Amino acid sequence: MKTVMGIINMQEEDGRIRELTERRAVESLPFAGRYRLIDFALSSLVNSGIVNVGVMLPAKGRSVLDHLRSGKDWDLARRHDGLFYLPTPQKDEISRRGDLKNFYHNLDFIEHTSQKYVMLTSGSFIYNIDFSKLLRFHQNTGAEISMVYHVAEQENQGKNVVIETEASGLVTDIAEKPVVYDGSKVSLGIYLMEKRIFVEMVRYTYEHGGQDFLMDAIIRRMNDYTMYAMVHDGYVAHIDSIASFYKANMDLLQPENWETLFMGERPIYTKTKDEVPVEYKATADVKNSMVANGCIIRGKVENSILFRGVTVEEGAEVKNSIIMQKSAIKEGALVENVITDKNVVITKEKWLKGATNYPLIITKRTVI
Amino acid sequence: MRKTECLAMILAGGQGSRLGALTKKIAKPAVPFGGKYRIIDFPLSNCANSGIDRVGVLTQYRPLELNNYLASGSPWDLDKREGGIFILPPYAREKGADWYKGTADAIYQNLNFIELSNPEYVLVLSGDHIYTMDYSWMLEAHKMNQAEATIGVIEVPWEEAPRFGIMNTDKTGRILEFEEKPAKPKSNLASMGIYIFSTDYLKKYLEEDAKDETSAHDFGKNIIPKMLADEGRLFSYAFDGYWKDVGTIESLWQANMDLLQDKLPVDLNGDWKIYSSNPPMPPQFVGPEAEITNSMISEGSMVLGTVENSVIFPGVRIGRGAHVKDSVIMPSTVIREGASVEYAIVAQNCVIEEGAKVAGEKEAITVVADGEHVHALDGIMHVG
Repeated sequence: MKTVMGIINMQEEDGRIRELTERRAVESLPFAGRYRLIDFALSSLVNSGIVNVGVMLPAKGRSVLDHLRSGKDWDLARRHDGLFYLPTPQKDEISRRGDLKNFYHNLDFIEHTSQKYVMLTSGSFIYNIDFSKLLRFHQNTGAEISMVYHVAEQENQGKNVVIETEASGLVTDIAEKPVVYDGSKVSLGIYLMEKRIFVEMVRYTYEHGGQDFLMDAIIRRMNDYTMYAMVHDGYVAHIDSIASFYKANMDLLQPENWETLFMGERPIYTKTKDEVPVEYKATADVKNSMVANGCIIRGKVENSILFRGVTVEEGAEVKNSIIMQKSAIKEGALVENVITDKNVVITKEKWLKGATNYPLIITKRTVI
Repeated sequence: MRKTECLAMILAGGQGSRLGALTKKIAKPAVPFGGKYRIIDFPLSNCANSGIDRVGVLTQYRPLELNNYLASGSPWDLDKREGGIFILPPYAREKGADWYKGTADAIYQNLNFIELSNPEYVLVLSGDHIYTMDYSWMLEAHKMNQAEATIGVIEVPWEEAPRFGIMNTDKTGRILEFEEKPAKPKSNLASMGIYIFSTDYLKKYLEEDAKDETSAHDFGKNIIPKMLADEGRLFSYAFDGYWKDVGTIESLWQANMDLLQDKLPVDLNGDWKIYSSNPPMPPQFVGPEAEITNSMISEGSMVLGTVENSVIFPGVRIGRGAHVKDSVIMPSTVIREGASVEYAIVAQNCVIEEGAKVAGEKEAITVVADGEHVHALDGIMHVG
């Protein structure tokens, strides 16, 4: 895998998750108690043996920089290769929309790396994939571009890239669809190709008016390349809306998802924080929940995810909720179907309740 | 190497034989403590938080896991361009090789390491105490007193004083007399095993001691009494926080249980953080039928059963219907369905099989050693 360089692409601004991404990129959304979305793509790349990773920096890139820093927590602070940040051109500099211009303006960096292949991934998918399998698949099929998909198990609203393949994996169609049906093959936003193909593809498409990598370089130019796709059957989620964010977190309360995503041979790395183990006090009552270190629990918690450093006081109740870092649920407060962002305080005896299909969102540092 | 003002030397070579089965495979300072830490995290974090950036760790007994744990020192911010952490095992010289024969001998054998840093002061610490302390205040006191040696002391209950090394001091804190385990103590100030020496003064005594064939080469038994006999300027430095020697099974168990008080006795997470190497593990999963009270549980654990008054380390599995009470369960141990564990310390990578019982008593804590399997009928069985 030393011959492969990784690139993590960032998602375009999307209104459907705005409440949580006003001050951060989607990729740095806190997830599953202690992670950020980008940890999953980055850890998969690192665990596959890739040692050179470029991270496209979005406009709200500070949250990504704060999180990744030197890349040390992913073993990417290295003398050679390691983690690189690829800045995007200023908006007023380039009037064109889309992510293609970001690649185009970083082509000289990408061209001068020593790796033969480029593995392009997206920072807003949750998965734990061994990419060395994809490289073998790529070499065996003789594909020019290789992709990874998972098979949808249920109907799912939301923008998704659906592909069709022959039994060999040869891709016969790629399309962006508003609804995914049970059994559809959904792309995970992963593209492996030789660097010379990537460079040619970006340069040609951009110089001919292209804007969006997926639309203009992949979908429109499908017939220019031989594409194959490999199936991945572990846990997968794509976070592009409040609903998908909420659901993906709650999915992890099924132990088999928790096991396959985190407890196998390839751990998910994240920025370390040196928090104390969770303190369950005498009045604690916790059921079916995921709790990160640094929490102090005196109240009742059910079907919920508590991030690092959350406190739930005596008589408080948290149900079907996601409580982010350092939030406090004070005595006698009741919180149900709620997502609190970081550092939120729910004061004594307050009752907050969202709908089961649409959680109530409390923005960062709010005191209620 | 750049000069440093105060160099810390952590004595981490002892076998810790009183911890029995827990130190069969690892050195005492590497023994897990407090749900995610190891004992040595405490002196190391204290150094990092006190602004001491060069630390020698003297290892000897079963150093592999300890070396692996300390690695580059990065969890304690001790991976410096110059300085940082130095692991100092005994080594061979032209005239042959020697093990460390005692605490003083261990430092003596590393005098040339001390010279490399050319410090004005040497801080000698032991690797088996749980406490948080700002050594920079102690160093200030050492300078203010124009002391040649300063010894950290803590008040212990009078009835326990005969178990400690007791310092008798004058009103200014100057040490007049040191008594090891006195039957009739004159004071209740116990030595914490924390020393600051002015480097040249220490060097002189270590060199003399090395020539003395009758000496046990121990700070408490030989060096300090000799310094006092010569009327050296030895001062005590009183510490009044939580301090616990975890040299025995019971004290290790008790120190873990102390963390379950409503308010933590040691500040693990405030301005004075205790750093540790953090395993890449997800938040713990608490099952739909789990019951957890008065306990401390770390990341990567899965609790489906009942946990009461216990300390659970990363990656532990507690099965449905299993019951863990008044116990310490170390990393990656599995307690299967219906098993029960009470008043016990279960070391790393153990399996307590379905329906098996591990039952100690408050005064006699049961220890299950590293990697053991406990079956329902035949008690403890060794693996490999």
